[in-house]
Amino acid sequence: MGALTHLTMAEALDGLAKKEYTAVELTEAHVKAVETIRPLNAFITETPDKALEMAKASDARRAKGEVGPMEGLPIAVKDLFCTRGVLTTAASHILDGFKPEYESTVTTNLWRDGAVMLGKVNLDEFAMGSANITSYHGNVVSPWSPGEVGNWSRQLVPGGSSGGSAAAVAARAALGATGTDTGGSIRQPAAFTGIVGIKPTYGRCSRWGVVAFASSLDQAGPMTRTVEDAAIMLRSMCGFDPKDSTSVDMPVPDFRAALTGDIRGLKVGIPREYRVEGMPAEIAKIWDQGIEWLKAAGAEPVDISLPHTKYALATYYIVAPAEASSNLARYDGVRYGLRVEGGNLKDLYENTRGAGFGKEVRRRILIGTYVLSAGYYDAYYNKARQVRTRIKWDFDEAFKSCDVILTPTAPSTAFAIGEKMDDPIQMYLNDVFTVPASLAGLPGMSVPAGLGSDGLPLGLQLIGRPFDEETVLRVGHVIEKAADFTATPPFVA
Amino acid sequence: MSYIQGETGDWEMVIGLEVHAQVISNAKLFSGAATEFGAEPNSQVSFVDAAFPGMLPVINEHAVEQAVRTGLGLKAQINLHSVFDRKNYFYADLPQGYQISQYLQPIVGKGEIVLDLPDGSSRTVGITRLHLEQDAGKSLHDQHPAKTYIDLNRSGVALMEIVSEPDMRTAEEAGAYLRKLRSILRYLGTCDGNMEEGSMRCDVNVSVRKPGAPFGTRCEIKNVNSIRFVMAAIEYEARRQIDIIEEGGKIDQETRLWDTTKFETRSMRSKEEAHDYRYFPDPDLLPLELEPEWVEDIKKTLPELPDDKKARFISEYKLSAYDANVLVSEKAKADFYEAVAKGRDPKLAANWVTGELFGYLNKAGKEIEESPVSAENLGGLIDLIADNTISGRIAKEVFEAMFETGEKPADIVEKKGLRQVTDTGAIESSIDAVLAANADKVEEFRSGKDKLFGFFVGQVMKATQGKANPALVNEILTRKLKG
Amino acid sequence: MSLDKATVAKIAHLARIKVPEEELDHLAGELSQILTFVEQLGEVDTNNVPPMTSVAAQKLRRRKDEVTDGGYRESVLSNGPETAEGFYVVPKVVE
Repeated sequence: MGALTHLTMAEALDGLAKKEYTAVELTEAHVKAVETIRPLNAFITETPDKALEMAKASDARRAKGEVGPMEGLPIAVKDLFCTRGVLTTAASHILDGFKPEYESTVTTNLWRDGAVMLGKVNLDEFAMGSANITSYHGNVVSPWSPGEVGNWSRQLVPGGSSGGSAAAVAARAALGATGTDTGGSIRQPAAFTGIVGIKPTYGRCSRWGVVAFASSLDQAGPMTRTVEDAAIMLRSMCGFDPKDSTSVDMPVPDFRAALTGDIRGLKVGIPREYRVEGMPAEIAKIWDQGIEWLKAAGAEPVDISLPHTKYALATYYIVAPAEASSNLARYDGVRYGLRVEGGNLKDLYENTRGAGFGKEVRRRILIGTYVLSAGYYDAYYNKARQVRTRIKWDFDEAFKSCDVILTPTAPSTAFAIGEKMDDPIQMYLNDVFTVPASLAGLPGMSVPAGLGSDGLPLGLQLIGRPFDEETVLRVGHVIEKAADFTATPPFVA
Repeated sequence: MSYIQGETGDWEMVIGLEVHAQVISNAKLFSGAATEFGAEPNSQVSFVDAAFPGMLPVINEHAVEQAVRTGLGLKAQINLHSVFDRKNYFYADLPQGYQISQYLQPIVGKGEIVLDLPDGSSRTVGITRLHLEQDAGKSLHDQHPAKTYIDLNRSGVALMEIVSEPDMRTAEEAGAYLRKLRSILRYLGTCDGNMEEGSMRCDVNVSVRKPGAPFGTRCEIKNVNSIRFVMAAIEYEARRQIDIIEEGGKIDQETRLWDTTKFETRSMRSKEEAHDYRYFPDPDLLPLELEPEWVEDIKKTLPELPDDKKARFISEYKLSAYDANVLVSEKAKADFYEAVAKGRDPKLAANWVTGELFGYLNKAGKEIEESPVSAENLGGLIDLIADNTISGRIAKEVFEAMFETGEKPADIVEKKGLRQVTDTGAIESSIDAVLAANADKVEEFRSGKDKLFGFFVGQVMKATQGKANPALVNEILTRKLKG
Repeated sequence: MSLDKATVAKIAHLARIKVPEEELDHLAGELSQILTFVEQLGEVDTNNVPPMTSVAAQKLRRRKDEVTDGGYRESVLSNGPETAEGFYVVPKVVE
């Protein structure tokens, strides 16, 4: 049954339709795979019983002719999505034991369309991180790590914050996984693990029931092994939600239909500011290769300028912590999660939050608190919001002369656990290419494009106009075909 | 101007009020949970109100409409673009760790309220702004010796914070302001103004200064829950500040609490440390944009407000400013009066409503809505006087019975046989009997002791149990005595 | 921008996070480093540039005034670390 876990979603839907196997069989194979990849620490909570129950129900529906767009497909859910009756931790100590009595809109949509939940996957605590090393439940190991399983010669990070999602999908333990992206948390781990990840336009996916990190940036999206699978899963995740004031009331297109392969005449913007100083040669090379592939398919590369690119990270590291400092104020030990007693309420708060938050989360809450505090608001927070406007304007201007933008996803391949750990700024630089699109609310996708000299995956990023995921997917699909990325991690289920 | 006498001369109070008025709405400002008062603890709480992870606010259109309606009623500027901000602080009954409020860009800007002072004069107090915000939950400190219990039923209920300019100079003006504001809110139907249930709460800013001097340092007295307490707190606080300054001390700007048992203000222990609320626009919400047509539509549905009604009562019914004030103070009173006055003598109607009715209600501690005497029945009583069925004196007796039983005046008159005697034959025979029984007094009268006339009237009325028509008694008695 | 220990302690208190005394120095260094990094924004000309509130180019939707939620006290309290008689319970708060 090993082969069942190597299917794409599209193939699995086909096989299920042809009754080559049942949803239960498909799910059983994946439940086993989830067990097999335990050394990666990708899952925080495995839900095999629930998975099989859902698979049975799916087979029953199929028997009645009720077939949803993701009918019977086993997936993993980032542990940032609230799932009714299932432990939801945000990878934080402070949510110890929290079992929501509600289900996030995005996962509700997925179950509506027939998907099956394998469990809740690991992430950086509250999605704050780029290496999945800040989780209270331990770091996630990339299946690309060399050496013996469990005794790796180099423990590589899967990227973050959706590191568990990326590892589970890359290691063939799930056909796909939900991710969330605030500054690159879907795209960067997708690039690090050789899979596809798309962050749709801000407002496409409901944020209701997703533990908030930075409200003006957070967006959910799928992580899959192919662009086509991303199109399938994205369609199910998206949709207007009246419970989210920032959700956009727009019809959701059939994204799969956009994968025509025809990009002739399309103008692909190449932002000159992304050619940052010190960019590794292999990153520059894969980028150039991407341009060539698109040219060969009939697209026209155009030189564009996004002049405020270099300020995006600084902007992000003010805006996101500021919002987070407020969003995380609700974790106070009173209504759910961890409580560390104190003599009075103030001590209870300080003890609970002191013990409950890890170092990175604490760092960001403190920075966010500081930049919003009296006397600093204008110099930091308001200034950052103004620069954010200029970054958005840059994109508006650029999209007057191009239809989609091509950049590398990350400035390097995956690094090893222990590297870049002491210096928060070094770590933040991972997001240098992904953050600008987040700040502008634009759709962005990472597609595996090749391997670096270290044999690790490299991704290319496509950025589209607001609500034009279709063009992003179409172009990504062309790159995917041209790159013919078939490499698999050394450790797969 | 009324100043306070201090050791060093006159002092003037400067008072500004911040009123938190709970918006009348079915559901909360940002969630679909109910708002009814007095429900079981935490039974009207959604996951949004309890700030569970991933919960998001969606604004209640009616709450917005109520704020606009109130703004229009305060003749205020309606801001078509306003922004919701987060006010960040930790408190047991604030589950989000922030309150969604409006800071720099409120929905309503400058307006005004005209105060009707007891001497009949009026005075205009400026409204600085009105904004929408969430209420917090409730902390109960008396359920357990070492614990505080938290009820989040009120968490997320829509409030309007209405801020006045520091335009008031006496406790009486502050009282008049609150009464007038409450009256306007009730007329508009945007807040029930019930201070006991906490649906209207007041923060009082008080400072003192020498007349003509710049403003002094103010203290804020939080959450005072009756007009009487507001006035008492102001008096106490002003005196406290004057004493401190006159003894060479300095006023610390601080938040104080009103102690309802000791009748004094005291420094708040828990909120001593300076706050840094870190306001910023709530990223879960977008700016609130109102369409001018929508505001215009609301404007068209505004009821006649107290000031306009008062002017109309004076011109239409020729009432005194005083009576008009009393009648328009509550919409229910004004409506009651107009129902009574319709087709009747408006001044007579005003006398009965403000005199007998309000007197009885006051004594019984009842609101106009609870009046046992309906407007229809009071009108009926006035009709009985007008058509001479009963005299004004008997009417008061009938009214008393109406107030006790709620019965119709005509029924009471019939049952008690209070119908006025207008049969001249019957009156004549009563008079004859009285004159015959008091022949000596008749002689005295006829020899010039005019004052005895009243005695004869009294005797006749007594003999007829007060039912004889007084005009007829006078007429016949005069004729007979002249003999 | 360089933060000193006292400032970090103050922010930590504002954020209600207990930070052990011995970590304050290190934290002050890290936070200062981040603040120094973000100071480059000063180079950007933002005269007459409106601060961004939301990238969602839409108006705030308003919902109808209907009771559609709440009324599930058990669910609201089920995750509570300490509850009694239908209330959340915390140490005594003195006002």
